[in-house]
Amino acid sequence: MTSFFHIRRLALWAITAVVMIALPLVLTQSFAISMLSQMGIAVIFALSYNMLLGQTGMLSFGHAVYFGLGAFFSAHALNMIGAGNLGLPVTFLPLVGGVAGLAFGVVFGYVTTKHSGTPFAMISLGIAEMVAACSLMFPSFFGGEGGISTDRVVGEAVMGITYGQGRQVYYLIAGWCFVCMIAMFALTQTPLGRMANAVRDNAERARFVGYNPTRVRYTMLILSSFFAGIAGGLAVINYELVTAESLGVVASGNVLLMSFIGGVGHFFGPIIGAVLVTYLQSALSNYTLAWLLYFGLFFLVMILFAPGGIASLLAMHKPAWDVGQLKRLVPSYIAAGAASLVVLAGLIALIEMIYQVETKKEQSGTVMNLFGLTFDAANAGPWIGSLATMAVGAALLWGASRLVRASWQQVTIAINAKRGA
Amino acid sequence: MLNSLSYGLLLFMLSSGLTLIFSMMGVLNFAHASFYMLGAYFAYQTSTYLGFWPALIVAPAAVAFLGALTERYGLRTVHKFGHVAELLFTFGLAYIIEEFVHLLWGRAPVEYRIPPILDFSAFSIYTTQYPAYRVFMMLVSVAMLAALYLALTRTRIGLIIQASLTHPDMVEALGHNVPRVFMTVFAGGAALAGLAGVIGGNAFVTEPGMAASVGTIVFVVVVFGGMGSLAGAFIASLIIGAVQTFSVAFDYSLASILTGMGVQLDPESAWYELWKVTIAQAAPVLPYVLMVLMLIVRPKGLMGTREG
Amino acid sequence: MLSKISRTAIAGAVVVFSSALFSLGAHAEGTIKIAYLEGLSGPFANVGEVGLRHLQYAADRVNAKGGVLGQKLEVIPFDTKTSPQEAQLVFKQLVDQGIRYMMQGNGSAVAIALTEALAKHNSREPEKTVLYMNYGAVDPSLTNDKCNFYHFRFDADVDMKMQAMTNYMVQQKDIKKVYLINQDYAFGQSVAKAARAMLTKKRADIEIVGDDLHPLGKVKDFAPYIAKIKASGADAVVSGNWGNDIALLIKASKEAGLTAEFFTYYAGGLGTPPVIGEAGVGHLKQVTVFHSNIGGSRTADEVNGYRKRFPDAKDDFYWTSIMAAVDMLTRSMEQTKSTDPTKVALAMENMKVDQVTGEAYMRADNHQLVQPIFVSTFSKSNGKDVKFDVERTGFGFKTDARIEAKDTVLPTTCKFQRPKG
Repeated sequence: MTSFFHIRRLALWAITAVVMIALPLVLTQSFAISMLSQMGIAVIFALSYNMLLGQTGMLSFGHAVYFGLGAFFSAHALNMIGAGNLGLPVTFLPLVGGVAGLAFGVVFGYVTTKHSGTPFAMISLGIAEMVAACSLMFPSFFGGEGGISTDRVVGEAVMGITYGQGRQVYYLIAGWCFVCMIAMFALTQTPLGRMANAVRDNAERARFVGYNPTRVRYTMLILSSFFAGIAGGLAVINYELVTAESLGVVASGNVLLMSFIGGVGHFFGPIIGAVLVTYLQSALSNYTLAWLLYFGLFFLVMILFAPGGIASLLAMHKPAWDVGQLKRLVPSYIAAGAASLVVLAGLIALIEMIYQVETKKEQSGTVMNLFGLTFDAANAGPWIGSLATMAVGAALLWGASRLVRASWQQVTIAINAKRGA
Repeated sequence: MLNSLSYGLLLFMLSSGLTLIFSMMGVLNFAHASFYMLGAYFAYQTSTYLGFWPALIVAPAAVAFLGALTERYGLRTVHKFGHVAELLFTFGLAYIIEEFVHLLWGRAPVEYRIPPILDFSAFSIYTTQYPAYRVFMMLVSVAMLAALYLALTRTRIGLIIQASLTHPDMVEALGHNVPRVFMTVFAGGAALAGLAGVIGGNAFVTEPGMAASVGTIVFVVVVFGGMGSLAGAFIASLIIGAVQTFSVAFDYSLASILTGMGVQLDPESAWYELWKVTIAQAAPVLPYVLMVLMLIVRPKGLMGTREG
Repeated sequence: MLSKISRTAIAGAVVVFSSALFSLGAHAEGTIKIAYLEGLSGPFANVGEVGLRHLQYAADRVNAKGGVLGQKLEVIPFDTKTSPQEAQLVFKQLVDQGIRYMMQGNGSAVAIALTEALAKHNSREPEKTVLYMNYGAVDPSLTNDKCNFYHFRFDADVDMKMQAMTNYMVQQKDIKKVYLINQDYAFGQSVAKAARAMLTKKRADIEIVGDDLHPLGKVKDFAPYIAKIKASGADAVVSGNWGNDIALLIKASKEAGLTAEFFTYYAGGLGTPPVIGEAGVGHLKQVTVFHSNIGGSRTADEVNGYRKRFPDAKDDFYWTSIMAAVDMLTRSMEQTKSTDPTKVALAMENMKVDQVTGEAYMRADNHQLVQPIFVSTFSKSNGKDVKFDVERTGFGFKTDARIEAKDTVLPTTCKFQRPKG
């Protein structure tokens, strides 16, 4: 526990807090603020997921079940508060979601955590499918396909806070997010957190030293469903609506994507993943109809070239930073970045032209604008042009990657020299 | 009865390929159902130029080729990062295949119809007619089952594949090129899925959502049947086909049972909705219930030889 | 080591860049903007695009005549991904951009989420009210207990269509046994309920011989359901199924040689006729406010005009409700000489509109358009009474009956607050 109060770590938490407070002062539109709120929820959810996948090695396809059920219970609780049947300040509503998530974690976890590996993954998928199917069968609790809607502006205003404004909701979510982040981080430092890692790496040895792996998995699942439920409760306050899709298999897959893109091997990985994926899903669709394709390609590229996620890419540079050698990498990175941009430009042009011809031709013809250029996708010129751009970019990238490798070699030598000394 | 058999056999065509891939490479191939979809679309495209019969050969071959490419340039690269990365790779691939299908063939279903020569009713039982195309589907499935059995037990490559299923290291030590065996198996599995697409696509609907709609049920079959067991997959396919078909006919619910026992239920009572769900309503959930129960009782699956 | 200045510069660039990404491109000044909210990516994108084409078609016509009050109409599409939660986020975006009119119609779940977001927004910010034109979301609650002054519906709701359908059915003396089969979610359940109530009330000798609910979009093989229907001896089947659920149902009925008549809501839905093909001819009926073969030269002009405007699209002129909405909107603006949503909304009440299907009017007590409804049968096109086919399949719909507007009026439970005009 001593390392937790390490000065550098405290500074990092402080910076995080400051950034979270400052963001809505910079980005003031209500769309931006609600997206920030969404990111906060996603961060909690992704971190809770990583307690399973990253820390205990349990691949779950049904984590959204706890998020969704937590959200439904919170929505009903919020409606009860509104009707005056429940005396709970809205600020603490996420606790209802957390307790609901925890309760279902106790029930479902008892069944699922008896196994690990693929059987666990498949049981979690089975349970997710069952819960999702049930949610449409029982409209009085789940509200059918329209879901359960609520109003967060209920009860007395506490110090002028009614949660009518988006910004107040953001600060509520940011507050919860911060608390949950610290709690989940602290958990990794406890004996339980360490044992979870041991169970992940080698369950048999963990059993050998006297720990019951099943019990460790069960405890971790219960705790993680508690945090997932909190995220669900916050989602209710943010959207004032919860539908069956929030506990579906797609939502479960989504949190898996977030954690993986961010990097499951590091505590802060899912945070990056949650922020990035939420941003891509919400904002990319404003720019292009092809966003699903871009998103899929991005995901595949990540798996093929950076399976440790963004976090591992960052962590890779730490030794270089420590010995002050990061600057050696910068020129080659700039070269590689520029080359990638060329490839990307060609690729984007190609994809956008395909979409223009295939889906948008009816509304707006084949003439289109891209990168400030106007051209007709019905001609061969732009196609040849973008293919050529891609080819040139690929050649450049090949050269740049050699440059990167060379400078990494230098850096490695420097790091080893420092260590040797 | 025959309905359940034809559906079960179609499920088996899908799950046999998946089971081979799964048990051999340990990869839960999320894109398997996408290969099924590609099979249907390729068959649709081929049949508009050449007719249905050539499509029966061309489409699975094309899918097999794509499968081989996927294994060679995708999975083999991610293999060293572990099973989760492999699984996510196929997950992402399924995503992209769907988006490409959207682009190439549009989002609406395509007009892929049963060939007229098979579009008549073969015979009727109890006033319900039985269409010839379903008989054809069953014939194809059974032929494929026989071919698969012979290929695995009577040919050299089949024996190597069987050996690699259980003892991959030993097979490699004996000097066989296991990666190439993997590629063959993956391509073969994809071809089986493609064939299922060719004959399933026109019996049902060929549309971009068809992959998602069979995707999870095929997993259920494979897990239920047991990993590494084709026979298990076969039996599981038939059971799940039967469960889904027969449960539709039962209109019983907990409420009707309780009422039969003399307990009166108030429609206003809190859990009334739960009591009145009939077996027919719950039909599509039953396979998952079965799977979860099976995994709790016997994690190896029905005929499986190993866990996980 | 990077110099402090360059590091600050990078940080600054990141902030500027990200805020640029959050804000969206400005639109043309001096136009009346109509936001079009629909799923424009993902599996239902094709359905969203059809509505967009109709809105574009209607707006083009207004603009060709010089626009409204000297301003042009501008259609701005937004992608809701057909998700209620995403739709709420998108709604915030259009409010940010100062758009005052919006249109949506696919999916009652999205519609309900939007009316609720709209009601909260209009009461929290009365200076920036938004008006909502619903062209196709048919949940009765939208003009009953969940009604809103700023929501106008231009399609007939489930109950009105059921009223028309059952009026027609009870006149067919050979219909004695009716089977209900529907998707197990809010819409399907309400179809089953309304059919049972109305049929048994209108003709005592009609017997409901079966009432099945099956999960939404999960059934691959309808053969067992058809066997059940056949065994029950039903001579008519009522179904609210849409998409593959209706297509597979009809195909399975053809295979099994079932001769009962199918009364449906969405047999003519986009993408369904090509799949059904021959299997539906003669015994598949639909209840709609419009189909291409209702007759009259104006109908032919619209169908041909749409085909000419969008020659490569496979869909046809379908949404008369979008035409009615744009027509009423522009006339209300001209009448009040204002683009203020509140004034426009008041002017739209009791307004009459001359549609290709006949005269229709907007009810003041719940903002529901009252218009004729048609029962039609899926048939081979023959150049006479089945002049136009659907989606270029060679099959079209033939009118069986026209139910006059006055016969579709139903009582409402709507009580909304009307602002002082």
